[in-house]
Amino acid sequence: MTTFLGMPGPPASAGSELSGTQPFPAAARVALGNSRLRRNLTKATGVIRAKRAAAVEEVADWEELRAAGEAIKASAMARLPALLIQLEEQVTARGGIVHWARDAEEANAIVVDLARDKGAEEVVKVKSMVTQEINLNAALEAAGVRAIETDLAELIVQLGHDKPSHILVPAIHRGRAEIREIFLDRMPGLDPDTLTDDPGQLADVARAYLREAFLRATVAVSGANFAVAETGTLTVVESEGNGRMCLTLPETLITVMGIEKVIPTWRDLEVFLQLLPRSSTGERMNPYTSTWSGVSAGDGPAEFHLILLDNGRTRVLADPDGRSALHCIRCSACLNVCPVYERAGGHAYGSVYPGPIGAILSPQLTGLTGDSVNDSLPFASSLCGACEEVCPVKIPIPAQLVRLRAEHTEAYADGHRVPSAEAASMRAMAWMMSDAKRFARAGTSARLGRLAIRRGRPVVPLPPPLSGWSSSRDVPDPPAETFRQWWSRTRGGERP
Amino acid sequence: MSRHVAGAREEVLARLRGALADAPVPPEVPRAYRLRGTLEPGHPELVEQFVDRLLDYRATVIRAEGDVAAAVRSVLPSGAVRYAPGLPGAWRPGGTEPDSDALGPQELDSVAAVLTGSVVAIAETGTIVLDHSPLCGRRALTLVPDVHVCVVRQQDIVQTVPEALGRLDPARPLTLISGPSATSDIELDRVEGVHGPRTLIVVIA
Repeated sequence: MTTFLGMPGPPASAGSELSGTQPFPAAARVALGNSRLRRNLTKATGVIRAKRAAAVEEVADWEELRAAGEAIKASAMARLPALLIQLEEQVTARGGIVHWARDAEEANAIVVDLARDKGAEEVVKVKSMVTQEINLNAALEAAGVRAIETDLAELIVQLGHDKPSHILVPAIHRGRAEIREIFLDRMPGLDPDTLTDDPGQLADVARAYLREAFLRATVAVSGANFAVAETGTLTVVESEGNGRMCLTLPETLITVMGIEKVIPTWRDLEVFLQLLPRSSTGERMNPYTSTWSGVSAGDGPAEFHLILLDNGRTRVLADPDGRSALHCIRCSACLNVCPVYERAGGHAYGSVYPGPIGAILSPQLTGLTGDSVNDSLPFASSLCGACEEVCPVKIPIPAQLVRLRAEHTEAYADGHRVPSAEAASMRAMAWMMSDAKRFARAGTSARLGRLAIRRGRPVVPLPPPLSGWSSSRDVPDPPAETFRQWWSRTRGGERP
Repeated sequence: MSRHVAGAREEVLARLRGALADAPVPPEVPRAYRLRGTLEPGHPELVEQFVDRLLDYRATVIRAEGDVAAAVRSVLPSGAVRYAPGLPGAWRPGGTEPDSDALGPQELDSVAAVLTGSVVAIAETGTIVLDHSPLCGRRALTLVPDVHVCVVRQQDIVQTVPEALGRLDPARPLTLISGPSATSDIELDRVEGVHGPRTLIVVIA
């Protein structure tokens, strides 16, 4: 049983978008049947993988950068309370206002209150995973405030009443024809006869639609990629320019940020501004990076609010073996190399954080109970290890997956008097293997298994839990004799 | 200063301290990565590399052979042009006006082009950095209008990202520009010019 030395913080709010409705195997089976999704994912992940590899190969000191990135994040987690206090001081000294939120509901309430204070009927939003996590848009809509997503992909997801399926390209599950349909359906003034599904034209349509929103917006909501404690500086890394629009034009800016995003010094940014663009989009540098500290007279928002969010992060931090999951800089490199993600896509994980990092972060945020949907996530992996190799901050994802599997098994056992079928089988094996004669007899009877296996498949379908193994794998033919029988017959190979 | 849920700050800090009861030792950060390049800022090879990167992402690049104003004049589109108020006089041709706070986003929308300087550029990544001092102009100036003419001095071109960050003041708002805005959100087809100026013209001085 994992022992927490400190009191773990509570898990993320139940209303957070961190857990799906069915366990991964069932959800993945549904996704595997969607051939458009699979085609899009295969193409997308293949292209990004190649770009990332080329961008990284160019960098002679890549491993040194990774080592620095890992250490900076570990150092930040170890000093998190002091760094957050320093961040708060610095932001406040530069005219910003800092709020703390224990969970999703609290963060949403703060944003809604601020929007109401400003009399805003709508807010423009820059893509932010954390605002997806806490379901901010729903809270705003419930309060009569329209939230306009301004990232093209998030806009597509929003207009299509959908959920994002990838951290970086959230609408990758949609083809261009579908997107055209969504725009025609939800944007005013578009002519179906002249609107094609050419991506360039669709992007132009989105530009015009959003430009109106930017020019009239009074309140913006953003996330942040990094927050520098030393100087109170926040950073948004983007490609489209909608971030710059939201961070600059409205009078009020509200930034929601997970507490794990803080880094100690300005200098540390030199490491992450190299690691992130190459790992995420495979570019030497992304088109636009904006940094700001507090407010600047005559330039940008007159009012800046920073909301520091917990929502389960202190729970992850409390586990010394699990806290490296908080190092994630949301590049999505692990998603793009994962053979499971490539086939199942993001929706199958049920969380806004899918893929390998999601498989270790989502269950730790929500807590493993033995029975929860997220208990299935650490098993959504072949443990190939590709994720760890590409992680720019060297998060040991496979080791964490294995550890979380053990945690699940223990949590399940704790919660159930009747052992699971797997646990019962393991106990039977243990009983059989703990005595030499029993073990020898079991080996003999396995010979009879030859009759039951033909061409790698059981002659008679195996019952569960064995069918879980054999339904998608070839079963090896049992040998003519066991090792012990061969040994005693040939005296260890001395006789033929 | 938070007027919201009283006690949230204290509780989160208490949770954090509890979570770190195992007293992890913050590791030393190994800075074995390149802290600087092999070429001095403004080195002709760096200028070449920088220009290469700009051309790669289809910015227009011209070299001002001494006369910056003439070079700028040769690339300015017709229509209203505003310049960053701190721009050196020798860089701006006639017929241009300084930016004014009176111009809101809607007014900036009708400006044909803006003209600014920059504070540092990174050769390896093709990045131009604006620090929104009077030389670079306020952020909205280089965001809303569709054409941005930016003067980059050769001596401000450094090789690596760490060198650039070392020259920047984090107290100022900063914008790092490395290409036109782009999205690959539709089937991963890269489309350029989503938001922000669709035309970037760089004058190397």
